[in-house]
Amino acid sequence: MFACIFVPNFPVAAVFRAEPELRAQAVAVFEGKPPLEKVFAVNESAGRVGIAPGMTKAQAELCSELTLRPRSRLQEASAHAALLDCAQSFSPRVEDAALETALVDLAGMETLFGSLPEIAHAMSQRIAGLGLEANVAVASNPDAAVLAARGFSGVTVIPQGKESESLGSLPVEVLFAGWVEGEREGKKKEDERRKNSERLLATLERWGIRTLHALAALPEVALSERLGQEGLRLRQLARGTAFRTLVPVETPAVFEEGVELEHPIVLLEPLAFLLNRLLDQICTRLASRALNTQELRLTLELESFSSRNQEAQISNQQFCRTLRLPLPMLDPKLFLKLLQLDLSAHPPGAPILKIHLAAEAARPRSAQGGLFLPPSPEPEKLELTLARIASLVGESRVGSLELLDTYRAEGFRMKRFVPGAYSEGAVSETVRQKVAAEEKSAVTALRMFRPPLRAAVTLENGEPARVFCAKKKEVQGTVLWKAGPWRSSGDWWEREAWARDEWDIALQTADGAGLFRLMHDLLGGSWFVEGSYD
Amino acid sequence: MSSAVVSTSAAQGRPFVFDIEEAADACPQPSGAELLTEAARPPQRVVSTSKDKDKDARLAGVTTASRLAVRPAPEMVSSGIAAMDALTGGLPRGSLTEICGPASSGRTTLLLAALAAATRRGECCAVVDASDALDPQSAVAAGVELSRLLWVRCGENSPEKSLEQLLRATDLLLESGGFGMIALDLGDLPPQAARRIPLTTWFRYRRAVEHTSTVLLAIERQSIAGSCSSLLVKLGQQRNRIKKSADSRFPALAHAQLLTELEITAELVRSRQERKPVCSAEITFACKTAWAG
Repeated sequence: MFACIFVPNFPVAAVFRAEPELRAQAVAVFEGKPPLEKVFAVNESAGRVGIAPGMTKAQAELCSELTLRPRSRLQEASAHAALLDCAQSFSPRVEDAALETALVDLAGMETLFGSLPEIAHAMSQRIAGLGLEANVAVASNPDAAVLAARGFSGVTVIPQGKESESLGSLPVEVLFAGWVEGEREGKKKEDERRKNSERLLATLERWGIRTLHALAALPEVALSERLGQEGLRLRQLARGTAFRTLVPVETPAVFEEGVELEHPIVLLEPLAFLLNRLLDQICTRLASRALNTQELRLTLELESFSSRNQEAQISNQQFCRTLRLPLPMLDPKLFLKLLQLDLSAHPPGAPILKIHLAAEAARPRSAQGGLFLPPSPEPEKLELTLARIASLVGESRVGSLELLDTYRAEGFRMKRFVPGAYSEGAVSETVRQKVAAEEKSAVTALRMFRPPLRAAVTLENGEPARVFCAKKKEVQGTVLWKAGPWRSSGDWWEREAWARDEWDIALQTADGAGLFRLMHDLLGGSWFVEGSYD
Repeated sequence: MSSAVVSTSAAQGRPFVFDIEEAADACPQPSGAELLTEAARPPQRVVSTSKDKDKDARLAGVTTASRLAVRPAPEMVSSGIAAMDALTGGLPRGSLTEICGPASSGRTTLLLAALAAATRRGECCAVVDASDALDPQSAVAAGVELSRLLWVRCGENSPEKSLEQLLRATDLLLESGGFGMIALDLGDLPPQAARRIPLTTWFRYRRAVEHTSTVLLAIERQSIAGSCSSLLVKLGQQRNRIKKSADSRFPALAHAQLLTELEITAELVRSRQERKPVCSAEITFACKTAWAG
């Protein structure tokens, strides 16, 4: 058995998916180059007020109740991808039949999802969840399912062997209703198809054939003599006996959504509103496929004042931000907050014309929390907290430490904080052993002065006797005790060579004695107070 | 009418059973207005009679209302130094602990030891560093697992700015939850600047960390959190804390003297744990330098 998901009036449905608040209004979609724009598709409400495809934009604008939207290939592509996602959430064998049609092979799916009517209803609900209203039909062959989905609204299940009876009441126009399909095959082929369809339809009209039942009743040989192989194919379709092999599509790894703006956006607040909508759509699509994401790529097309009329240069005016997450996640609110924080730290700097958001699909993390595991921050909350702290102190000033393989001072770098429990899965046995083992005795710690404090040092017999640090009055006075020098050097083969002597000194301070680390830069000749022992 | 009322202390989970009639006899129920004016009423002279004495004897076994709200003793975790654990009983979870003392008194050593113990337990820890003073080499030498340590480096611009960053970052971390230990390093902040932190902030932190398994630890020069801290340890300057490994063969050479050990003197100033009553105990313990082996 095969199921067909068909989205009627696809260009308008794509607009409704992007702007759900327009559903209750009269909407017309126009296309073409100004000033020759024409209405391309209308919804039912617009039809009721007298708007029809083919009218000029200027004519349509006379209707005050009408909302006009330009045809957006980006929105249509996103809606089409959502349609395929819905289909693929039921079966891996999905055919991308047309822009508004997806075919699903239901072989073996009954054990997973229940009976055929249940599957069809589940499909209808899921596609509605993705923001599209679609007709779903189930039949024994793909073409019968397509015709039923095009002809009957809602959910239709045609039992095996009853195709001819079920499809009989449909008008013959459904056989030629794939007008959107033609858009994907090039202008020439589309025109050819349309002319052929119109010719056949006119012939059938002349014969008085208006329903599929009448077409199916025509004698095969006579029809073949008059209309050739095309006529036989139409008769087979009308009888529901045409059969073909499904051509499955491959699953895309990237989920994309986009929106083209009529008026450029300057402020981040309206941008956040649009991002919220796109993120919701992407997350719903990912959820329907039981996937999460670990990387979000935001691409903003910016308005370029200097080269507004040169498309080649405008395409270079792109602003890209990539949000990498430590773990696969699926929380649109979290993603929105992270993107907002990122954009406020790195503003685009020019009005935005187009928003494109792509999510790299990843399998959801499969980690089971344990009752006896030590506390660990929730990954989603932690990610948001880290982003907020990064916006507060700077991106490079928050994270975990990684020591570098060098003896150079400050031989470390900051890296993204990913708690060990996530990456290692659980507390390892070695950690348990460590906890059980006797704890080490305390090790004296050094507090660093960043940057090191430049000091004037008086030497006696080559050893520091007095230290004067202008920036810190605690680090001034006679050296009470000293140990050193501890000499080290490195990277002499590099431009950043270093050589230093370290002294540990005790100075008299207001609270008693203070222990400091004094450093003599052997290459520069300067003295610095590097830190204090505490 | 005789009915038993069972009152359960949410904190302790222990039921308290008493007879409602006896309780009513012993303490007549005051009206709302009386309750409001109870505190303002002057103390009245009570003449005790034999009947009252009988009642007192019967009520001796009844737990007073003030005892019902006894908070459970917090879970104590190791501070990473056995001597400190012996002095304080460990660091309390869900409470604020202050370690104060002048420069070079061993505050950072204690902080790193506590962090090392926490990370060894597998907990995630955070250090909010007001003056960007953490030394990674010292942290590794103390045994801190760096992968479990989040370091927030404030203090790029000015002490005021860094203090503001520290407070906001701490708020965010407490809100996030899940950390075994959050340490505020105010060690290099001048006392005048540290005292600018409003007491309400410390109250907020105490409330935020209450009933969680987080140890909130602050190191500073002087105690600034007041009564908000459950444990206050003061580190002081000690008499003989520098030991020299003088090599008698080369007495003239400076490098024959090596800083190998410091002695830290710790005084327990305040502890809210019932099982360890408030006392002013003092200990001295040694901590080795990383290179002393």
